[in-house]
Amino acid sequence: MELFDILVSATFWAAVLRIASPLIFATMGELICERAGVLNLGIEGIMVAGAFAGWIAVYAGLPLWGGVAVAFGAGVAFGLLHGLLTVPLGLSQHVAGIGITMLATAATYFAYRVALPEVSSPPKITAFQPTGWAVLGSQTVLTWAALATVAVTGWVLWRTPLGLALRAAGENPAAVEAQGLPVHALRMGAVAVGSGLMAVGGSFLTLSAFNSFFFEMVNGRGWVCIALVVFGAWRPGRALLGALLFAGFDAFQIRLQQTSLGAGLPYQLFLAMPYLLSVLALVVMSRRTEVPAALMTPYNKGER
Amino acid sequence: MRLEAIEAPGLARRLGLPAAALAATVLVAAGLAAIAGGNPLDVLGQIVQGAAGSKFARLETLNRATPLIFTGLAVAVAFRARLWNIGAEAQLYLGAVATVVIGTQSGLPGPLVIPAMAAAAVVAGGLMLLGPTLLKTRLGVDEVVTTLLLNFVVLLLVGYLLEGPMKDPMGMGWPKSPSLPAEARLPRMAEGLRLHWGFGLALICAAGVWLLQARTTLGFEMRAVGANARAARFAGMPVNAVLVKTALISGGLAALAGFSEVAGMKGNLTADISPGYGYTGIVVAMLALLNPLGVVVSALFVAGIFVGADSMSRQAGVPSYIADILLASALLFMVAALKLSRFRIVRG
Repeated sequence: MELFDILVSATFWAAVLRIASPLIFATMGELICERAGVLNLGIEGIMVAGAFAGWIAVYAGLPLWGGVAVAFGAGVAFGLLHGLLTVPLGLSQHVAGIGITMLATAATYFAYRVALPEVSSPPKITAFQPTGWAVLGSQTVLTWAALATVAVTGWVLWRTPLGLALRAAGENPAAVEAQGLPVHALRMGAVAVGSGLMAVGGSFLTLSAFNSFFFEMVNGRGWVCIALVVFGAWRPGRALLGALLFAGFDAFQIRLQQTSLGAGLPYQLFLAMPYLLSVLALVVMSRRTEVPAALMTPYNKGER
Repeated sequence: MRLEAIEAPGLARRLGLPAAALAATVLVAAGLAAIAGGNPLDVLGQIVQGAAGSKFARLETLNRATPLIFTGLAVAVAFRARLWNIGAEAQLYLGAVATVVIGTQSGLPGPLVIPAMAAAAVVAGGLMLLGPTLLKTRLGVDEVVTTLLLNFVVLLLVGYLLEGPMKDPMGMGWPKSPSLPAEARLPRMAEGLRLHWGFGLALICAAGVWLLQARTTLGFEMRAVGANARAARFAGMPVNAVLVKTALISGGLAALAGFSEVAGMKGNLTADISPGYGYTGIVVAMLALLNPLGVVVSALFVAGIFVGADSMSRQAGVPSYIADILLASALLFMVAALKLSRFRIVRG
């Protein structure tokens, strides 16, 4: 009975969207990169950098949307670095991505300490407030932006010539080249924009979900998004569904912990569930072969 | 612009570019020091001084290098066979758990307990990597993501164990395990020297991995699978079996880092015995070009940066996170330099 009460409560559904929002931004970002043929394991670090960049910009006096823009810019910068290493240089996308996550995370922590050497707890900002609009009244405008990002990503990738070229760069780059289109520029652009979205996803944590920056606040969300892209079979709509399901489960487990059923179980089990669920999603989807054919394959003109 | 393979790269190119990568890392360090308001030369000097300027500093660096040799070897073995083990952190912690369980519960007599602890750790770490490897070979699930995700799961499991079944009843409420009895602690390598036998074991393992790779059939198969899995399968090699053996060795090596930290350094298990040694092992292995003997050198270098940066940070006030930035930049500069030592960029 308790379980049913959770599922029909309005706060539960509000929490689902709140938890899903950063995942939606970052999952779309990763999906765009992978559709163009580049795995971006920098996602975890780029989300950390975005969370910090957006927050410190607003703390320094920029308006909230200015913070989102700064976060996007920080993501683009790290994305261009990842793109440079993996696209023209053709380095291992695994190694470069892990390196970018390490670099972005360390640079963020360093910048935090340099910017705020004296503080014991991070200062707070005034975050985005609930809009009060219609059915999703308890959400901030950033959640609406996350949902819009899904629609825009789907529209660009499947309804525009640019999207066709991007997807082709991830399926058959030689054919794209044969059409006279620049494969490297397409992939670099996809990684830059995708990384920008990942950083905006990170900034949702500091500008909307909370109002401050903490170390470890991203806490594996980036890796979860990598799993969500696979779960969504590289399609924006299905990836959105995956993010909502995932967030639904996360919101449910938080509430389950407070019931009589949950009190008897160790809380770490609940905290581990999102990660185990992500592994499970990967296993369930493993039989599907919808992977972009040229994912993780560097393209070098004149090579087969 | 495209890359063109160089038929026979000259020595200047093969050594010059990696040297340039290290020089670029030093420039990054100087730049960061300046940003943080320090004098770049002083900061660099203090890092070197703090890492190697005294007997205490050098021993501290050796102690810090010990777990990094193990995790670096774990990554080097796996990456050589193109098994992307990013889960050394989880394997390290499971190895530490196994070490504490055997050390405090087995009741084995003195001389047997240390080998039993090490063996249990190796088994635990190997099994930890076996799961993601079987998912890869059987179902094609990318092991990068599964090993990364499982790191978080294992850390939570350790947190649960330390607050529950493994909690030290005498621990004043702190989440830590009971301490190992004296006979289960690794002895020091020399009387009065603050360096335990974990370091010696790490060197032995490095030599063992080198022998395995250079002188055994399995080592040859591991390299062949890494170089071209399809060709290896075509040549009749049991690719999946090779990957499974690689996983058991790699996971076991990472677990020995946990064994060595618990039995050699700390004497008990807490949730913070590893400040990311598993992830740093990736940098160690890549800087060593996946060569097991090179791992020892690069682990000393990486440990020196950490120990030196800690010491510098106390004096100069530049955040010690500078060490993490340096290692990440060194990794990226180095992989780029290695690529460019074999390819040149041409127009067209």
